[in-house]
Amino acid sequence: MKWNRIQKIAFKSILKNKMRSILTSLGIIIGVCSVIVMVAVGQGSQARIEEQINSLGTNLLMVFPSHSRMGGVSRGAGSFNMMKLSDCDKILQQATHVMYVSPVIRSGGQIIGGTGNWSTSIYGVSTQYLAIKDWDLANGNFFTEKDIKAKKKVAVLGQTIVDQLFPDSDPVGQKIRIRNTPFIVIGVLAKKGQSGMGQDQDDVILAPSTTVLYRLKGGDRIDMIYVSATSINEMDLAQTEVEEILRKEHKIDYGEDDDFMVRTQTEITEMASATSKTLTLLLGAIAGVSLIVGGIGIMNIMLVSVTERTREIGIRLSIGARSKDVLTQFLAESITLSLIGGLLGILLAVGISLFMNKFTEINTVINPTIVLMSVLFAGAVGVFFGYYPARKAANLNPIDALRYE
Amino acid sequence: MKPVIEMKNIVKNYQVGTVVVHALRGIDLKIFEGEFVAIMGASGSGKSTLMNLIGCLDTASSGDYLLDDLNVNSLTKDEYADIRNQKIGFVFQGFNLLPRTTALENVELPLLYDRHERIKNPRQQAIKALESVRLADRIHHVPNQLSGGQQQRVAVARALVNNPAIILADEPTGNLDSRTSIDVMSVFQKLNDQGKTIILVTHEPDIARFAKRTIKLQDGKITEDREITVPKKASEVLATMQGDEDEME
Repeated sequence: MKWNRIQKIAFKSILKNKMRSILTSLGIIIGVCSVIVMVAVGQGSQARIEEQINSLGTNLLMVFPSHSRMGGVSRGAGSFNMMKLSDCDKILQQATHVMYVSPVIRSGGQIIGGTGNWSTSIYGVSTQYLAIKDWDLANGNFFTEKDIKAKKKVAVLGQTIVDQLFPDSDPVGQKIRIRNTPFIVIGVLAKKGQSGMGQDQDDVILAPSTTVLYRLKGGDRIDMIYVSATSINEMDLAQTEVEEILRKEHKIDYGEDDDFMVRTQTEITEMASATSKTLTLLLGAIAGVSLIVGGIGIMNIMLVSVTERTREIGIRLSIGARSKDVLTQFLAESITLSLIGGLLGILLAVGISLFMNKFTEINTVINPTIVLMSVLFAGAVGVFFGYYPARKAANLNPIDALRYE
Repeated sequence: MKPVIEMKNIVKNYQVGTVVVHALRGIDLKIFEGEFVAIMGASGSGKSTLMNLIGCLDTASSGDYLLDDLNVNSLTKDEYADIRNQKIGFVFQGFNLLPRTTALENVELPLLYDRHERIKNPRQQAIKALESVRLADRIHHVPNQLSGGQQQRVAVARALVNNPAIILADEPTGNLDSRTSIDVMSVFQKLNDQGKTIILVTHEPDIARFAKRTIKLQDGKITEDREITVPKKASEVLATMQGDEDEME
């Protein structure tokens, strides 16, 4: 028999027993649905963790001063900081896999302005800092290259500072004093919230690197350099370039230890997502068990169906159906049942995950590979659990089958 | 005329537990094209076994069986299925129609299992078969919307839709009242008049007298083989009967 005929017969007999077919498929529907939803929940939480880590910045490399050795004696981290502002310029000029560079000069202290005073951190950064951190301004402007060159006393405030000092008024254009040095507020940062480590990222003031370095801090060493690679795939290349440039700048000979170290964001991300990957796998496996249970349901119903339709099988055999025809007919039925179950399961899963995204705190991400896999698995369940009943039907003796009451 | 069925010394034994049952003890039988044969016998006489053998539902323990010039002694299961599909049309006592399936689809069924697809338009052929048993207006009815007589006529239509060498009817009137029985017999006689070979298994002499030849079986042997020179005409009997018209509709 042709495939379309077999499929037609299978569909017809499924439609003849609507209630039973729905109940049978329900096992598969729930199985497929729970696999997809569980994995979606797992991957959703993974995505959220990655997102939080990515909020540190895009394709971020962090360069810290390293400990230095003097005659075999280690002096501890940062004991001999060799990093200068000019390092940043060199990286930006020479590295080809680097998009943005910003120094970070950390300072801190009491600030006075608006309605009171507040103790906070002041970061001296370049104009590219916001791009690196993927951060926006809520209000006003960021400082320019000109401001950096002129060591202008301008500041951009984080939301927490605004809440503390200017709860009722627009801070842009107002004056604040940082450690008794007057600054003019030119912009306000968008709210960023807590970092992955629970820090308030909004409790900060950004100012031109030169201003912080020369007017607040003193000296010519910088605390760290943020480097943003052109893409996530080029982070390794960027790291190598940065290392080479800095070694040359710092006149480190071949064989000597670096006086700086480079850390990438991927290292942190990988650690965090390993845990949630295990969680996803576990959830998926539990849901997979329900899919197998659904398959056993199909087998059960198909066995009942074969017994119930013994006479029908007898009729088909007596008018010339081959064993193979009967086998394929019953197999087609169980596969169709499980595939229909699979498709309904997908629809249900999509519905549930949309619902969860919209109305609950749980974040879900539906993975197309898992969807495809679970449908294929549902089909395989149909074949596996449908084969035994189908073979039982195909091996019936037509005389006995016709006499069956 | 050439024989459609030729059986030579057919023996069939069954093993029931430790006991061997001799169902058929050497049958020699020739049935020619266009014959209308009634096989008679009490229960246990072996007529069901013989009918299963003729219908290629079962194989003989020994002996030769030629069906339409084809030796069907030692064929595979699939080849038997193909022979049932192409050479034989079955009509059963209990109608054996697929439930919840329309008359048309029931009649179409043998054509769907024809792997050579000799008939190009199964639907058309099925409608023609139903017309020939006077059921053109019932093609979309399912079995439980049809009367017993109508159901059996659907079964007859299904038996002849593949244009088989023989139509094999096993107690086709067993579940029907006498008037409907005769109506079904008139259908068989009409088909026989058109040249179809019909083999009828029955234990009712009243039904057997519509055939042209009766064969009696007893204890697995043929005890009587008789030509009926002037068989009764079912249509004439029907005309004289005063039965209710419901069955005819």
